[in-house]
Amino acid sequence: MGLEEYKGVYVFAQQVDNVINSIAFELIGKGKDLAEALGTQVTAVLVGSGVKNLADELAEYGADKVIVVDDPELKEYRTEPYAHALSSVIEKYKPEIMLVGATAIGRDLGPRVSARIHTGLTADCTQLEIGDFPINPVPGKETKHNQLLMTRPAFGGNTIATIACPDFRPQMATVRPGVMQKREKQAGVKANVEEFNPGFTPDNKYVEILEIVKAVTDTVDIMDAKILVSGGRGVGSAENFKLLEDLAEAIGGTVSCSRAVVDAGWKPKDLQVGQTGKTVRPHVYFAIGISGAIQHIAGMEESDIIVAINKDETAPIFSVADYGVVGDLNKILPVLTEQIKAARAAN
Amino acid sequence: MKIVVCIKQVPDTKGGVKFNPDGTLDRASMMTIMNPDDKAGLEAALRLKDEYGAEVTVLTMGLPKAEEVLREAIAMGADKGVLVTDRVLGGADTWATSQTLAGALRNMEYDLIITGRQAIDGDTAQVGPQISEHLNIPVISYAQNLKVEGDSVIVERQFDDRYHVLKAKMPCLITALAELNEPRYMTPGGIFDAYKAEITVWGRADLKDVEDSNLGLKGSPTQIAKASDKVRKGSGEVVTLDPAEAASYITGKLAEKHVI
Repeated sequence: MGLEEYKGVYVFAQQVDNVINSIAFELIGKGKDLAEALGTQVTAVLVGSGVKNLADELAEYGADKVIVVDDPELKEYRTEPYAHALSSVIEKYKPEIMLVGATAIGRDLGPRVSARIHTGLTADCTQLEIGDFPINPVPGKETKHNQLLMTRPAFGGNTIATIACPDFRPQMATVRPGVMQKREKQAGVKANVEEFNPGFTPDNKYVEILEIVKAVTDTVDIMDAKILVSGGRGVGSAENFKLLEDLAEAIGGTVSCSRAVVDAGWKPKDLQVGQTGKTVRPHVYFAIGISGAIQHIAGMEESDIIVAINKDETAPIFSVADYGVVGDLNKILPVLTEQIKAARAAN
Repeated sequence: MKIVVCIKQVPDTKGGVKFNPDGTLDRASMMTIMNPDDKAGLEAALRLKDEYGAEVTVLTMGLPKAEEVLREAIAMGADKGVLVTDRVLGGADTWATSQTLAGALRNMEYDLIITGRQAIDGDTAQVGPQISEHLNIPVISYAQNLKVEGDSVIVERQFDDRYHVLKAKMPCLITALAELNEPRYMTPGGIFDAYKAEITVWGRADLKDVEDSNLGLKGSPTQIAKASDKVRKGSGEVVTLDPAEAASYITGKLAEKHVI
């Protein structure tokens, strides 16, 4: 396999209901960094039905080129037609790097595609950079330059590993949403579009969609929130989340929670922060009555400022908090909410 | 109906996690368990067995010690266990692991293959979909409900803000979430059966239609460049104050950082 034939950084531009997912812009943002290091360009791969008009939006966020695979078979996400679309793009255009979001869709699509084209796939990356493999020279082993070094947590966030894929192309990674930075939107930029349709012939691998049930929710996506007021088991009850909601309203934040709260049925799953929930990196994260299991910390420790309130001074959350207060949340929160209201009114 | 459930023995990262004094993970003290998503997959298979009648075989790849997890599955109600173990299979990434398991599955009869969505040690969620690709059968991942209708399965497939009800013709592969069900306990009779049960042990030679170049460390496209215990952000200040002072302390810090 001539590895040097493979060129360019490609990102899968996930859309659902013809709305581009924020992860696509994040991947383009990171892709630009990698492409600059390699002296190449970023291509977004947009797959769906009637999606061509979304291409300009990808260009506004930095995509140098957009490949559109548009076919009625691609209206709703299904593993097989999407895997066929993306692997056909890879076989035709031969990218050196292929990034996919580590979303419920990307973590289904990525492995199927990597198995079809026989390359490695690193899951759930939180850091990507270009460098040498091996990182430090090893006697008797060739050092390969310009490799994609993919860093990811494992063991529930207890360890981190950096992975390379030196002998196969493309180097594929799924990337955790909310971790990479988007570039600033350049309004009005038009996309350089190339359309490609590999042909879709349903076979045994096409599943049938009998029904689509959408969850009814009007909550803000916690991954987009600048300030999160997050509650854990220590809050004590669903009703007592009122204290957190008042604080969130006073400071202009959004309420989120730990897994224990979801398990107890106090809050829905889409508000859950952590390994099995969402990874968040708000400007301010309040951890209130959250002990700080490693699975939770893995989902919020990149927050800029972490404020923890817990009655147990040995709670692990204090090991990542910038400002920790040992005390009773029921007594502290009402005072804090009033003080913040007063401070904001004075400004 | 014949169902094969792929299961993995993993270190228990929940509850039993302990740290060394220097903050690194104390692996020696960790117990092993059946991976939670796999256990949910096994439970789903056993419920299909209860309802429709099925033969449930559990398949694992690992060290000889991984036989324990097969016996646990038999104690829960699985009929047979197959252990794939061979020195040449060690160090496999998800590509090589899925090639190995697909090679074993080609020697087995199945209408349905169930795997857990992901293992708690690697968290990749890749092996199930990759097996389905090697076997050229459909995959439905993230199953949150499962029933059989004629020659098809009907599965609720979870996405971020919705679920799809999907129908796939068997044979097919399903990946299960721990949220799928509450796995049953082992029964005393089951434990007795498990103790007596003969576990089928396969090595490299028993894998069908797999090249050596796709197995073990040498067959793994991904390679580890660096691994380390996570260095966590150091702790900041921790104060114990009465409620009004505590609130003032937080307000003061937020004002200092221009949050309010």
